[in-house]
This record gives sequence, structure tokens and C-alpha cells, in this order.
Amino acid sequence: MSTAALPRTARPVSRPRPGRLRAGELAGAGFVAPFLVLYALFLILPLVLAVIMSLFNTSLVIPGLGTFVGLKNYGELFSDDYFWQAMWHTVLFTLVSTPFLIVLPLLFAIAVHRLSHGRWFFRLAFFLPYILPSAVIALIWTFMYEPAYGLLDGILHFFGLGAPGWLSSTTLTLYSIVIVTIWWTIGFNFVLFVAGLQDIPRDLYEAAELDGASWWAQVRRITIPMLGRTITLVAVLQVIASLKIFDQVYLITQGGGGPNFSARVALEYIYDYGFTSGRVGYGSAASLVLFVVILVISFAWLALVRRQEKGV
Amino acid sequence: MSSHAAETPSRPAAPKARDRQLVQRPDVLFRRCVTGVVIALALLWLVPVAWALDTSLKAEPDTIKIPVSWAIPHLTLSAYSLDFSATDIGRWYINSAIVAVIVTVLTVFTASMAGYALSRQRFRGKPLVYAAILAGIMIPPQALMVPLFREFQSVHLINTYWALILPQVPAPIAVFIFKKFFDGQPIELDQAARVDGASWWTCYRRIGLPLARSAVSAVAIFTFVWTWNNFLWPFLSATNQNMMTIPVGLGTVISGTGIINALQMASAVLGALPLVMVFLLGQRQIVEGVAGTGLK
Repeated sequence: MSTAALPRTARPVSRPRPGRLRAGELAGAGFVAPFLVLYALFLILPLVLAVIMSLFNTSLVIPGLGTFVGLKNYGELFSDDYFWQAMWHTVLFTLVSTPFLIVLPLLFAIAVHRLSHGRWFFRLAFFLPYILPSAVIALIWTFMYEPAYGLLDGILHFFGLGAPGWLSSTTLTLYSIVIVTIWWTIGFNFVLFVAGLQDIPRDLYEAAELDGASWWAQVRRITIPMLGRTITLVAVLQVIASLKIFDQVYLITQGGGGPNFSARVALEYIYDYGFTSGRVGYGSAASLVLFVVILVISFAWLALVRRQEKGV
Repeated sequence: MSSHAAETPSRPAAPKARDRQLVQRPDVLFRRCVTGVVIALALLWLVPVAWALDTSLKAEPDTIKIPVSWAIPHLTLSAYSLDFSATDIGRWYINSAIVAVIVTVLTVFTASMAGYALSRQRFRGKPLVYAAILAGIMIPPQALMVPLFREFQSVHLINTYWALILPQVPAPIAVFIFKKFFDGQPIELDQAARVDGASWWTCYRRIGLPLARSAVSAVAIFTFVWTWNNFLWPFLSATNQNMMTIPVGLGTVISGTGIINALQMASAVLGALPLVMVFLLGQRQIVEGVAGTGLK
């Protein structure tokens, strides 16, 4: 701050109201300083530390950086099948859940937004789960999925069907978590879509109605094209959120990543190696890889939005 | 509008006029079906929460009866009282409240001041600061937990409120929301006050912040809910039972207490309760906040 003000005091004559300006400058810097200090300490410094530590064999139980190992952590990471397995689970989770998390809330929003009564009820039903903590979600669904006396197996039993092993089958566990996540997070996208629908001018529908356009034709020809930007936004937010998935997987599989790691995701791999095994250097290398993947997708989205805005 | 629309169809839709009546009736029926389906789905969406509530009011032996039933043969609150005696849930509530309230206050203050300065004031390096904040929106903090933990470990602050609170405060998106908000407000009031000799601090406190009430409440509610629910960082930085927040503590209940179903569901209900209350009180701000911040 003071360095920024110094050159000004050296030549006070050249500026019209030097005292006034300097006070403004100092105030501006002072106003952003509290935020910037926290930002530098807890977002930038960890990033710098991650880059440095990924080149060392830093350990959780030994103070200091440890010894320099160059790119060895990255080499080990890229040749570890478990790392690729966890990355694949994250991608698979994203690929399976994203379509549901776009199409379902979009359909719900379209069905709900023209109702004159009871919209609060749908908001309650769909949005309430979204604001509950992951641990509550995990408690509820671990019990839902309970073999024998869980509600889901109870219903299956009623219809004479056997228990599929929601959380004990290596093929099903990840999909069971997809179901939980759809139930949990659909409300956010639902609210975004409802807001987007409200911005579509009503007379477009009235005109279409007079033209005899069916409900479905209106949805396809008016609603979906007019919601283009919202759909892109929801899709990208969804993909980024899915890449960072950890809580529900960790909690529902109780830290084990599912039977035979069949549901372990990227952040859980980072946790297992960076914390449980105490390999901070190696964990930092893995963190940075995930970090870069998320960043690339964010920038791709920015570019896409820019192009859409220019196109309109 | 409707009169204007009524004139237009005569041109392109003349041949379609006949179809209209044919289309209209099944369309109304179709819409009713759609409404019926979405009501059924909304009820279905409430089932897991209702089931948790139902189970939490049962006596433990009734929770493992087969076939599964919604009936509550012996209505009891014993699972709730067991929860308070067998776990540290009271302590977790206090920790969550302390952390969420302080993080919310600090976030609103630091972010609104930064947003105000970026919108109203001129200072060296302002474009750089703004660019850094925009870039910061893209940083996924979850991917930086390992180095962040190391940072706190090296200054021996793991298992303290410092560790739980401070890293959750800097939210670049909040600065962005405040800057956008102040950009939309008229600058004349501030200028007049400045000419009258008011300091920037006075302008911010007396003019900027009071006018930004809607932005403040949106950011505050979101920060509160997000901080209250945050799992990963508190889970790493609070390993001590009496430093845990509600989500972290409940996480230990899932695996820790074995198979006490009524207790687990009572914990879920207790964990959900504060948020249900926040949701009912601030429903409008939350929904508008999602819509507004998400789309900007």
C-alpha cells in the first residue's frame, strides 16, 4: 500500500489535488486489503505450496519439505492404475449423473412453472434436499439402502424381488451414489430453470397457442431454444461440481471407496494418499492434476459463453 | 400484447386453424397428466426425509422389523434423548453455530468492502486485483485441501477455530456479486457525500452498505448455509470430537455407533432441522439468490 503512494508524495505539484487523491488511493487499497490477505493466504498460498510440494517427497508426519524428487511423483501418479481408476470413476459419475441432472429438473420446471397454485410445494419437495448437509444425506440413504430392513429392499421384497446389494455390489455402488446425488442436488438446477423460464416473454406462448402449436411443440420450439444459456450454465456447473465429488461417496461407503475401491473418486484418492498414507508431496501432485482438469473445463465454458454472447 | 398476437396468426396459420380444435383437447388432458406426474414425483422426493423422520420416532426394535412398515407401534423420543447423551451433538451444534456465524460476518464485511472499492474507488493495481478475483472464482478449493492442511499443520493450528473459520472466508464470487451490485447503484450519493468531506469509510457504512441490503442478505444466507454444510475442510481440520461441526460429527455417527437405526435417523433429523428453519424463513432470498448469482 505505502509503496503505491510513495511516488505521488515525491512530486506533489504535478497533481491537482495530491492529498485528496492519495487518501483515496490508500482507502481503496485498505478496502480490498482484508479480503486480499485472506485470499492470498488460503487460496493462492496453498496453490503455490501444492506446486512446490509436488516436487518433493513431503510427508505428513515429518516437518519440512523432505527431499527433492523432481517429477517422480507425477511419474508414479500417471503409472498408478488406482489413480486412473479413481479418475475414471469421477468421469463415469459425471457422465451418468449429468444428463439426469439436466433433463429431470428441466422437465420438472417446465411442468411446474405455468401452474397458478402450489409452486411452493414443488420448491419445498425438490429444493429442500439440496440445502441439507452431506452427512444428513448419507445417514438417510445408508439406511434407505440397508439390506433387509431398508426401505428400498423392503419395497423390492414386497414385489417379490431380491436385494440387489445397493452398496455391496462392485457394479452397483457407484450408481447407487448417482441416485443419491440426483435426489440431493436436483433442486439447485430446478430453481435455475424455473428462473430462466420466467424470463421467457409470455406472448411467445400466446402466439404459438393461437397458431395451434401443441404443448410439446411449444416446449421444443420456444422453451428449449430460449433456455439455451441457462442449459449451458447448468451443464457446466454440474460437470465442475461432479468432478469435485467427495462427501457422499466417502460418507456412504464409510471411507472405503466402496467394495474393492469400485466407487473411489478422484478426491477420495487424493485423501487416501495425501492424508491416510501421509504422502503430502504425492497427494499434492494428484491435487494439481485434478485442479488443472477443473480449470480447463471452467475456461472452456468461459470461451463457450463468450461465443454464445457474440452470436446473439 | 394479446390483441397484437391475435392479428398475426391470420397470415401464416390459416391452414392450421382447423387443427387447432383437434390439438386443443388432448393438450389439456396431456397437461393434466403432466401435472399429476410431477406431483407424484414431488411426493416421491419427500419420501426419504419422511422415512427418516418416521424411523426416528420408533422404538429401536421396531426399526428392524420385516416387512418394512411406516407404522409406529410405540411413538417415542428416546432416540433423540439418546442422541444427546451418547454423542457430542450439543457441542457440534455450538461449534457449527460459532463457525457459520463468524464466517458469514467476515465474508459479508471483507467481500462487500472489496466490492465497494472495486466499484467506487480508484487505486493502483485495481485492474490486477479485479482480474485476480475473477480468476479466483475458478479455483476449486476442494482440490487444494492437502496443501492447505499442511499450511495449518506447520503453524500448529489444526483443531482450532482459526483453522475452521479463516480458510472459509475468502469467497471471490461474493466480491464479484457485491461489485456488480454497487455498479448498478447510482454513484451521485457517494460523490455528494465525498464533496461534503465524508471519508470513504463513512460513505461505505452510511450509504453503500445500507443500500446493498438485498445483496448482503443473499450473500449472508448462502455463506451461512454453505459453511454450516461444508464437510471436507472441517473433516480434515477438526479431528477432535469437541472441535467437530455438525456434518463432521454426524459423519462419525454413520460408522461409529454400529447399527442403531433410530439414533442415526434422529441425528439426521437434528442435523437437518436448522437448515429446514433457514429454508422456511429465507426461502425467497435463497431461491432468488440461486437464480440471480447463478445466471450473472
